[in-house]
Amino acid sequence: MRFFFTIYVALRALRRNKMRSILTALGIIIGVGAVIVMVSIGDGSEAQIEAQIAALGQNIILVYAGSATSGGARTGYGGAGNLSIPDALAMKNEVRDVIAVSPEIRGNSQVLANGLNWATRIMGESEDYLDMRQWPLSEGAMFTEQEVRTSAKVCVIGKTIVTNLFPDGDPVGKTLRIRNMPFKILGVLVPKGFSLQGTDQDDMVMIPYTSAMKRFSRQTFLPFVNVQADDSEHMAVAEQDISNLMRDRHHINEGRDDDFTVRDQQEIADAAAATTATMRYLLLAVACVSLIVGGIGIMNIMLVSVTERTREIGIRMAVGAHGSDIRMQFLIEAVVLSLMGGLLGILMGVSGSKFLSWYNHWPTLISTVAIVSAVIFSGAVGICFGYYPASKAAKLDPIEALRYE
Amino acid sequence: MSSVIKLENIHKVYDSGEVKVHAVRGVSIEMQKGEFVALMGASGSGKSTLMNLLGCLDRPTEGRYLLDGIDVSNLNRNELADIRNKKLGFVFQGFNLLSRTTALENTELPMLYGKRGTSRRQMRERAMNCLKIVGLGNRADHFPSQLSGGQQQRAAIARGLVNEPQVLLADEPTGNLDSRTSIEVMGVFQRLNQEGITILMVTHELDIARYCKRNIILRDGELVNDIQVPDRLIADDEIRRLQEAEAAAKLTK
Repeated sequence: MRFFFTIYVALRALRRNKMRSILTALGIIIGVGAVIVMVSIGDGSEAQIEAQIAALGQNIILVYAGSATSGGARTGYGGAGNLSIPDALAMKNEVRDVIAVSPEIRGNSQVLANGLNWATRIMGESEDYLDMRQWPLSEGAMFTEQEVRTSAKVCVIGKTIVTNLFPDGDPVGKTLRIRNMPFKILGVLVPKGFSLQGTDQDDMVMIPYTSAMKRFSRQTFLPFVNVQADDSEHMAVAEQDISNLMRDRHHINEGRDDDFTVRDQQEIADAAAATTATMRYLLLAVACVSLIVGGIGIMNIMLVSVTERTREIGIRMAVGAHGSDIRMQFLIEAVVLSLMGGLLGILMGVSGSKFLSWYNHWPTLISTVAIVSAVIFSGAVGICFGYYPASKAAKLDPIEALRYE
Repeated sequence: MSSVIKLENIHKVYDSGEVKVHAVRGVSIEMQKGEFVALMGASGSGKSTLMNLLGCLDRPTEGRYLLDGIDVSNLNRNELADIRNKKLGFVFQGFNLLSRTTALENTELPMLYGKRGTSRRQMRERAMNCLKIVGLGNRADHFPSQLSGGQQQRAAIARGLVNEPQVLLADEPTGNLDSRTSIEVMGVFQRLNQEGITILMVTHELDIARYCKRNIILRDGELVNDIQVPDRLIADDEIRRLQEAEAAAKLTK
């Protein structure tokens, strides 16, 4: 097989018909480009979702108090008032795989400072909360165990509070009033942005949960407790152990329902994964359709090209070309066309996704897998859709072909 | 001297379903090295069919065809292609050059499908040489559209020569040319023949046939006449005579 020479002939034929070659490859160019853009957007948002899920904290288990019924109205999770601070401490001290707990109390309040005021979320947490959520401070420090134990009037605040109450900056060491009670600001949290549900995670004031219970909710029970396990492998065991411990502490007999609920964030991660999987199947379908359409375009033009160049084929055969030489020539033309389309498509896709992330601030992630498979598939499309026209050319009778007008 | 071409009782029957067309009926021809033969006949005489057989583009239904001592009657498609490439040079009525391809590259074409191991430079040199032989050395990088009919046909002849064939087969080589250019092309053939190249051409023009050494006449698929040309025309003389006539008519200086 005079392979390299045949490649040379094919390339020359394509060069002679530049415009047509480009238009033919356009189907593949757009198909591959679109797939790469969509995959990079998909991967980018998936990476963002993963980062947000990770930011919720690693190996976090949530223990909710049960619901209570009062006058026919049921309270929902956390309303039963049967989850206590000793329960939370027992989880930390008695369950082997638990490394940290943070009882949580949430409320809303108007906060004042600098003569300005702002309605925000008040979160009562333990000193471990920031480590559990992997949430660092940009300045200052978190309150200590000592301050939690003494229900100290201290807080750390989110970026949104700084913006709205301390426009001049530098809030650490200053005082902030919550329901007329002065709280000393110990630190400012690194901005986290919006959560998956769309709430501004930086719009809040964090105080020791003990302070929140004593000074605001005036309750002795907890709606829920954040628990952190030491390893993702131990999550199931830890959840089971917590469950057993709580049943034991709440004296729940065999066969009766729990008066609490243990959940983890696996469900959120699963939901996100399912969304991405659906998106991937859609992308795959789009990719297949566009490559087939592009391939048909190539087959169409190759058929035209074979007819148009019947005489050339006749001449080549007359001077000694085998059928296989002719087939190879047209096949290589088709493959070069589609590969060229693939490469231009990659170029277009990569620059397209760069543009989108620059212009729309969408997170994009260029996928090497998408690029490699784009090259492989466009080559394969060239072979599949080029084979029929090429074989047709190879089977021509030289006498007929030479006589063709 | 061994025969370059030896046809033994060649028959060709086209079977298109119901009607059988007996295009060639038992033709035997022998050609020696250095001959210059015109194959003549009216249309439908079977000369094109015979030419396709001689050109190894088609296989005879019956009979034997020895080309340079090789029996090519029963070779398959690829073997025939290789024989065409090695032993034959083709010149067509419609020139059949690849458009948008230079004269030089057109001339190289048969070598590209030939035996391996010829370097690009050798190909260039051989093609260039052949173009010089036909007097197109200064037009090597011209495209067919930039060449006159006579020049195109000469490029085609160069292509036919490039693989040093045993026989140069020309199918109505002057059919698309005016009379003067026809004589010029015949001059090229005569010069090549003087240098020892065997030429077989098909023509229906009697005056063109008179430039050849031997005429073979076909009628209804049978060989009816095979003569040596007695009063052979010499192209160079004819051109000179033409120039004188043109000068006399004040067409040229």
